[in-house]
Amino acid sequence: MLDSTERSPPLLDVRGVTLQYKTRDHLVTATYRVDFSVLRSDRFILLGPSGCGKSTLLKAVGGYMAPTEGEIHLKGQLVTRPGPDRMMVFQEFDQLLPWKTVRQNVVFALETSGKLKGKAAGEKAMQYIEKVHLTRFADAYPHTLSGGMKQRVAIARGMAMEPDILLMDEPFAALDALTRRQMQEELLALWDETKFTVLFVTHSIPEAVKIGNRILLLSPHPGQVKAELNSLPADADRASVAALEARIHGMLFADRLEEDEHV
Amino acid sequence: MSDTILRPEIVQTPRGAQDFGIVEKPLTLFERLYNQVWLRKIFLIVVLIILWELYARHLDNELLVPTFTATITAWWQGVSSGVLPDRAWASLQVLAIGFSTGVALAAILTVLAITTRIGTDFLETMTAMFNPLPAIALLPLALIWFGLGLGSLVFVLVHSVLWAVALNTHAGFRGVSQTLRMVGRNYGLSGLPLVLNILIPAAFPSILAGLKIGWAFAWRTLIAAELVFGVASGKGGLGWFIFESKNQLDIPEVFAGLLTIIMIGLLVENVVFRTIENRTVRRWGMQH
Repeated sequence: MLDSTERSPPLLDVRGVTLQYKTRDHLVTATYRVDFSVLRSDRFILLGPSGCGKSTLLKAVGGYMAPTEGEIHLKGQLVTRPGPDRMMVFQEFDQLLPWKTVRQNVVFALETSGKLKGKAAGEKAMQYIEKVHLTRFADAYPHTLSGGMKQRVAIARGMAMEPDILLMDEPFAALDALTRRQMQEELLALWDETKFTVLFVTHSIPEAVKIGNRILLLSPHPGQVKAELNSLPADADRASVAALEARIHGMLFADRLEEDEHV
Repeated sequence: MSDTILRPEIVQTPRGAQDFGIVEKPLTLFERLYNQVWLRKIFLIVVLIILWELYARHLDNELLVPTFTATITAWWQGVSSGVLPDRAWASLQVLAIGFSTGVALAAILTVLAITTRIGTDFLETMTAMFNPLPAIALLPLALIWFGLGLGSLVFVLVHSVLWAVALNTHAGFRGVSQTLRMVGRNYGLSGLPLVLNILIPAAFPSILAGLKIGWAFAWRTLIAAELVFGVASGKGGLGWFIFESKNQLDIPEVFAGLLTIIMIGLLVENVVFRTIENRTVRRWGMQH
């Protein structure tokens, strides 16, 4: 088991990555010498409290910022700029282009990135819009959709591009609790179908345990790796889920027990 | 022991719609008519016209205030003789040249402003300096530089359009959310393709607002400029028409000229720009 993972090179390799950004008055170190690697078909979670640099780390993998130290490799290639081989799904509902319909949003992504053209792009777009159950809304403009539907379009858009890795930055954080749970289940169903690779940022421990197969815990200010854990299979019993959640909670908040955790 | 009183639970079934007096009822004809914005506006205009007509008849001095009927008669004569359409057309042609030149320059300036930092500084300094300066104040200078003719008119028009459009477009570009920019870059877009495919449509509400302001400024400036030095390249516009009529003390014709200016303004605002708005920003839910 250990041998096989060591022999096949990781899809995404993050080595000693330190990330810094400037605000008006300060130079902030967001993460310090973070290491992890993501294998093909992983549901890899970056988990940590706010201020642990998990979103910044995702942006660096997306190619939006360069590490001050360390390197990020995707399929052996150094990541230097954003590209359609790493599709982002953001938390914000305004990530869809409001001047394009649901279908046009997906088609536009496929066509501008040079992935597919014309009829082939339209067919691929509809195929993925169907996967997220939005066929009836293919010709609707984003402003007529609910928050959950917009996030589903963003996921369809990301998946239609068939990227090497899908980067999701707290995509369900702005949704109400019921919709969030439904979206988590839909995402897992989609993964069962296509076994895509996803790097998923969240600050919710239950979400991490539910979505991920591998969880990277980060400590805050600056973000450093605290642990890399295996999650549980989908059919795990409630007691072991609760035990894992309690264990993660203990590791993340060992020194700050007074802080409330919101799910 | 609990400190709240234990209350019985309540479970009810909602009653059917037939039990209510009114669930949905159409509004009366008057209510529905009153809800139409254009009807209310037309009503206001009719009231104003009646007041005008009454006052002008009471005054009975055509050299000061001609009646509405006299104005409309003069207007109709001007239209049927072909003079007014001719003059309006001459004005609109000059306007089109000045407006499009101004918009093109504004586009170049704002693209420079969002791609380079020095471009931003340049745009901000120039708009701060020239935006408060009325374009018509440059007319005497323009007459010295470009002479009596199209050149001077276009110069002041460009000045009136450029800063308003550039200011609004730039503000619009800066207001485009970081997320949308990142989405565009995720597709591999950068530089001019990013501006064309993401920034311009995303900033379209502001750009459109800038174009509307620019159009209104340009239209005012043009008429004012025509009034100052009248005929350009042998063919006068509406401003010149008003100036001429005033010299001949044909006041109903002056009013007819003013009426034409107002009508063209309303037409552009309510037909041209409204159509663009309905097909773009309203349809996209970016403006309500």
